Amino acid sequence: MAHHHDHDFFIPAPSIWAPLSCIGGGIMAFGFLFTLHPTDFGMSASIAHLIMAMGFTLLAFCVFQWWRLLVHEARHRGFKEGSVPVVLDLANRYGMVFFIASEVMFFAAFFAAFFYLSGMNVWPPENIETLTLHLPTVNTLLLLTSGVTVTWAHHAMQEGNRSRTRKMIFLTYLLGVIFLSCQMYEYHHASFALHDGVYGSTFYMLTGFHGFHVFVGSIMLMVLHLRLSQGDFSAKEHFYFEATAWYWHFVDVVWIGLYLFVYLLPNGGHH
Amino acid sequence: MSAEAISDNHGHHDHAPSKKGFMYYLTTTNHKDIGKMYLLTALNFFIIGGLFAMFIRAELAEAGYQLLNHPFSVGPFTFSFSGEFFNQMTAMHATFMIFFAIIPAFIGLGNFFVPIMIGSPDMAFPRLNNWSFWILPFSGLLMLLSFFVPGGAPGAGWTSYPPLTSAAYSPGPGMDMWILGIHLAGASSILGSINFIVTTLNMRAPGMTLFKMPLFVWSMLVTAWLQLIATPVLAGAVTMLLTDRNFGTSFFNMAGGGDPVLYQHIFWFYSHPAVYIMILPGFGIISEVIATFSRKPLFGYITMVWAIIGIAVLGCLVWAHHMFTVGMDPRAQMMFMAMTFLIGVPTGIKVFNWLATMWEGVLEFTTSMKFAIAFVGLFTIGGLSGIVCAAAPVDYQIHDTYYVVAHIHYVFFAGSFLSIMAGVYYWFPKMFGRLMSEKMGSVHFWLTFIFMNVTFFPMHFLGLMGMPRRIPDYNPVFSDLNLLCSIGAFGLGATQILLIINAFWSAKHGKLAGSNPWGGHTLEWQVSSPPPEHNFEKIPVVK
Ligand SMILES: [Cu+2]
Repeated sequence: MAHHHDHDFFIPAPSIWAPLSCIGGGIMAFGFLFTLHPTDFGMSASIAHLIMAMGFTLLAFCVFQWWRLLVHEARHRGFKEGSVPVVLDLANRYGMVFFIASEVMFFAAFFAAFFYLSGMNVWPPENIETLTLHLPTVNTLLLLTSGVTVTWAHHAMQEGNRSRTRKMIFLTYLLGVIFLSCQMYEYHHASFALHDGVYGSTFYMLTGFHGFHVFVGSIMLMVLHLRLSQGDFSAKEHFYFEATAWYWHFVDVVWIGLYLFVYLLPNGGHH
Repeated sequence: MSAEAISDNHGHHDHAPSKKGFMYYLTTTNHKDIGKMYLLTALNFFIIGGLFAMFIRAELAEAGYQLLNHPFSVGPFTFSFSGEFFNQMTAMHATFMIFFAIIPAFIGLGNFFVPIMIGSPDMAFPRLNNWSFWILPFSGLLMLLSFFVPGGAPGAGWTSYPPLTSAAYSPGPGMDMWILGIHLAGASSILGSINFIVTTLNMRAPGMTLFKMPLFVWSMLVTAWLQLIATPVLAGAVTMLLTDRNFGTSFFNMAGGGDPVLYQHIFWFYSHPAVYIMILPGFGIISEVIATFSRKPLFGYITMVWAIIGIAVLGCLVWAHHMFTVGMDPRAQMMFMAMTFLIGVPTGIKVFNWLATMWEGVLEFTTSMKFAIAFVGLFTIGGLSGIVCAAAPVDYQIHDTYYVVAHIHYVFFAGSFLSIMAGVYYWFPKMFGRLMSEKMGSVHFWLTFIFMNVTFFPMHFLGLMGMPRRIPDYNPVFSDLNLLCSIGAFGLGATQILLIINAFWSAKHGKLAGSNPWGGHTLEWQVSSPPPEHNFEKIPVVK
């Protein structure tokens, strides 16, 4: 470096991916709006969908490029012990923890709505035929197992056993994908819909947002798997691994809340 | 473009702004550029929100309809406003002032000064910082364009309570534009808050322990925590509103077993802390300004820090004081009332500490200091009227009257606005290297001070007399005081032109400031004005 730095902070160069992803997000928001009210904006529903899809594509492309840049920068630093400055590692860790905290608060809003509405109504409402506990119980086992496999993978990583790490990560997102398939199956066979009063509202919004987070977590795990097979990370330096594992555990904990309060307790009280 | 190419600017403090085009500002990751862009955005939306207020005051200047319900011409233009337009004005005045003027103004000052004040070269996540800024224009655009869609802008108040905002009563796209706008602004706010927290916890210079941080940094840190905890809850509330309106859910719909009061709970869980998001940074600024211009260290620094933390924690537990009239359990009302009263204690500590800082100090009445002193006096009025509003039995009488409008404007205008002004006059020379005109600043201050009291003080009486808020017509007994409010409001609006002229003129032609025009002791005064690209040639060591 031509310029002397007396600090370890990372000061990135100007970047097009952040503002461009804002433009993508902005177009997507407008596209979504047009989809909700196509006639008010004098356009056909398909045009509205197209605008939304274009916005999403641009956003996804920018996120992909931004992520690639992060990987590139991580590789440039290397994964040897001590190659990542302590302050940088700390910043990343703090950042991920606070991000998860904000997600927890988002779910808290929906859980609050659930407790409020289930408390003020007969629960489950009389016209609702609740789901059997079989599939949700299987789903609970799937996610709990995936929590074990991701921890196993982390131990293998710390011991330097890369092939076991990869196997365990593969298993983790496989469990995630099976979970999502079960969730789809459940949605298709449920006798109530999103618009069937407060029961349908709280059930689908809570499990739906959770499912979306499982989806995002699975993608993070797939990227992790890919990066592992490309030789990234070491026994000591694997922040992205840990961030993904934290996120996965968070998704796991939310599910346990859902299983207990949305599936199990109302059913237990009713029958 | 490489990191070196940018850091080559070191040493030349003249930043040759002519070279910085749109692409530079679009892609910049520099916290000082982003801070300035936030401030400029806040100014723009302040003007728009201010014009809405002028419309409201013009309509309310006399009893009967002034602008509504009969077409009138100004030159070649013919205007025709329905009563619904008045509703849109009140809703969007608050929306723009809260989400697009006050909050971005504080975020802008924080972006520029927090890294410098802790001895850091930038924010923790500079690219994310860029994202947090550039999503805002789209959010603002959604809000602004809602005026031009069928059904117009949302007209159900900035609080957007269902059932007024349900698909049945607000069928047009405007309401959904508000919701999506809040989503984008909320995402900006959450990611920005993560950036502030990580910056403050992780990037302090050697020796800058937490309890050596300037009060402004503390206030931004605690504000960021509030944003991180509360904003996702607002996102949840408006998401439920969106799905209720468009996808058939029943969260707030009685027919499906839902409850509109649930919305109020979730909404105020964000929006009461939001009041602190809009006032704590002001407390921080006032603490810096008063200490500097009293030539004394801040009195009771440690208690000031704990008072901010105490206000923030209590502030998360009082939301239902906005809902005393919905028929809550009286025991719950008692609890929320008592918790709200408690906030008076840490707030009182702050006010007395500011007074004690000035006591026997060598006071220097710069424009910034004038705004700060006015803040201490007038914000206290807003704090005291808040305690009046928080007393449940009193609130039954004054709920939804002009008393509440008076209260919140003594918080947001006498509080947030005056503190932002104190901050702008204080830090402008650091940001632009030139001093603002003190003469024009003094005129700006005195006119603002007089007109804001003329505008907002009579509203207390109007409220106690029973004048309801958000209604375009009123009983003629309220006429005289309303006319007074309107005269004050037009004066107040016109006065702000002085601020704009002063800022833009001084940025080019003001007296050169030098690095420390006020004799300040915090780190930003130890670097040149404007500061070098990455703030410090050498990371400072704090003793
Ligand atoms: Cu409140």
